[in-house]
Amino acid sequence: MMAMSNKVPNQEPGEIEALLPWHAAGTLNARDARRVDDALASDPELARQYAVIQEEYAETIGLNESLGAPSSRAMQKLFAAIDAEPARSGSTSVGLSARISGFFASLSPRTLAASAAVGALAIMLQASVIGTVLMQRDTRTFQTASYEAAPSPASAPTTVTRSLAPAPAPASVEAPTRLFVRFAPTARVSDITALLDGYQGTIVDSGKDGLFRLQFGNRVMTKDQIAGLIRRLENEKIVSMAVQAQ
Amino acid sequence: MSATQAASDEILIARIAQGDRLAMQVLYGRHHVRVFRFGLRLVRNEQIAEDLISEVFLDVWRQAGKFEGRSAVSTWLLAITRFKALSALRKRKDAELDDETANAIEDTSDNPEVSVQKKDTSDALRKCLTSLSPEHREIVDLVYYHEKSVEEVAEIVGIPENTVKTRLFYARKKLADLLKAAGIERGWP
Repeated sequence: MMAMSNKVPNQEPGEIEALLPWHAAGTLNARDARRVDDALASDPELARQYAVIQEEYAETIGLNESLGAPSSRAMQKLFAAIDAEPARSGSTSVGLSARISGFFASLSPRTLAASAAVGALAIMLQASVIGTVLMQRDTRTFQTASYEAAPSPASAPTTVTRSLAPAPAPASVEAPTRLFVRFAPTARVSDITALLDGYQGTIVDSGKDGLFRLQFGNRVMTKDQIAGLIRRLENEKIVSMAVQAQ
Repeated sequence: MSATQAASDEILIARIAQGDRLAMQVLYGRHHVRVFRFGLRLVRNEQIAEDLISEVFLDVWRQAGKFEGRSAVSTWLLAITRFKALSALRKRKDAELDDETANAIEDTSDNPEVSVQKKDTSDALRKCLTSLSPEHREIVDLVYYHEKSVEEVAEIVGIPENTVKTRLFYARKKLADLLKAAGIERGWP
C-alpha cells in the first residue's frame, strides 16, 4: 500500500503527504486531488497536517499581500527603456501568423497536452479557423474610410441577416442544431474557444465578417430548445448575433 | 490563474513580439505586483525589487519573440525574476543584506518569541515565514502565493520535481521548528 504520510520525523514525506500543500493551493490535477481527498478522509493524522498547511497557506498569502506594490517609478523606467530600444522591424499591428501562433502557444500547457491527440488536433483546426476569421474581421475594423464608402452588399452588417436565410444548405430534419453566430469585435480567440467548450459547439463553416456556422452537440433539438440556446448565446457578452442556420 | 488568462497572456506576448507597446502595458499591469512581491521576498529591498521588475519586463520586451509557450507566461516571468534577483544578490555583500533585511521587511519591533508572548499565532507564523532561508522562502511563496504546480516550481527554480516536493516539506518542518522554538505547537510534525 502506498505511504500516505510520514510517521517518522526527519524522513522523506509520504507520496500523498508531499502533495498536501498543492492540494491546499488548488493546483493539483483532478486525479491527484481525488487521491489526496480520499487519503484525508481516511487518515486523521494527515488531516491534522492538512489543517496546519491551510494555516500556513493563508498566512503566506497575507504576508505577501502586505508587501504592497511598486511605485510608478518602475513603470516609467521600463517604458523609458523600451522607448530607447531600437525600433522593431515588424509592423506594430498584429499579423495573422502572430495571432495564430499565439493561440497555438496557448494550447501547450500541461492540461491540454494531456488531452487526447485527436481532441487536440480538432481544437487546433478549430483555432485556425477562428484565427483566420478574426483576422478577416480585424482587417475590416481597420479599413480606411474610402473603403467603407463603398461596401459590398455582402459585407455590410445590415445585410447579413437577410443573406442568411437562403444561405444554408438543405439540412435533414434529424440533423444536429446549427446556428450562424457572429462574435463581438472585442471577442478574443480564447473567449471564443471557451464559449465553444461551454456549449459543446464546433465550427462547421466560417464566412466573412466574423460569421461562423456552428454545430451544437450531436442531438436533434426541439424548437423550444433551439430558441433557448439562441437566447443564451445572445446573452453572452462576446456574441453579437445568433440565428438558426437550418 | 485561469486557463483563459493564461491563453490571453500568450496572445499578449505574441503582440509584444511584434512591438505592440499597449500589449506590454497590459501584461505589465496584470503581473507587475506579483513579480515585485516575488522579487522583494528574494532581495528584501524595495528599491532593488523595483529595479528588478523594470529589468524583468524589459527582458520580456526583448525576448517575447523567443517565447515558445511551453510554460505559462506567469511562470516565465517568475523564472526571469528569480534569475535577476539572484544576480542582484550576488552583487551585494551578505552583511549589507542582513542589515537591510531588518529595515526593509522585518521592520517591526517584535521577534517571533515576543509575538508568541502576545499569543498571536498569526503574527508569529508570518515572522517565522520571513525567517526561513531564501531557498525555503522562495518555494513556500511559489506554491502558496503564486499558486505554481510542482512542475512549474521545478521549472522556475531549476530542480527536479521530487526535490520540489521534499524541499517544501523540509521548509514546512523548518517553519514548525521555528514556531516550536517560539513556544507554538500546532500538532505537526
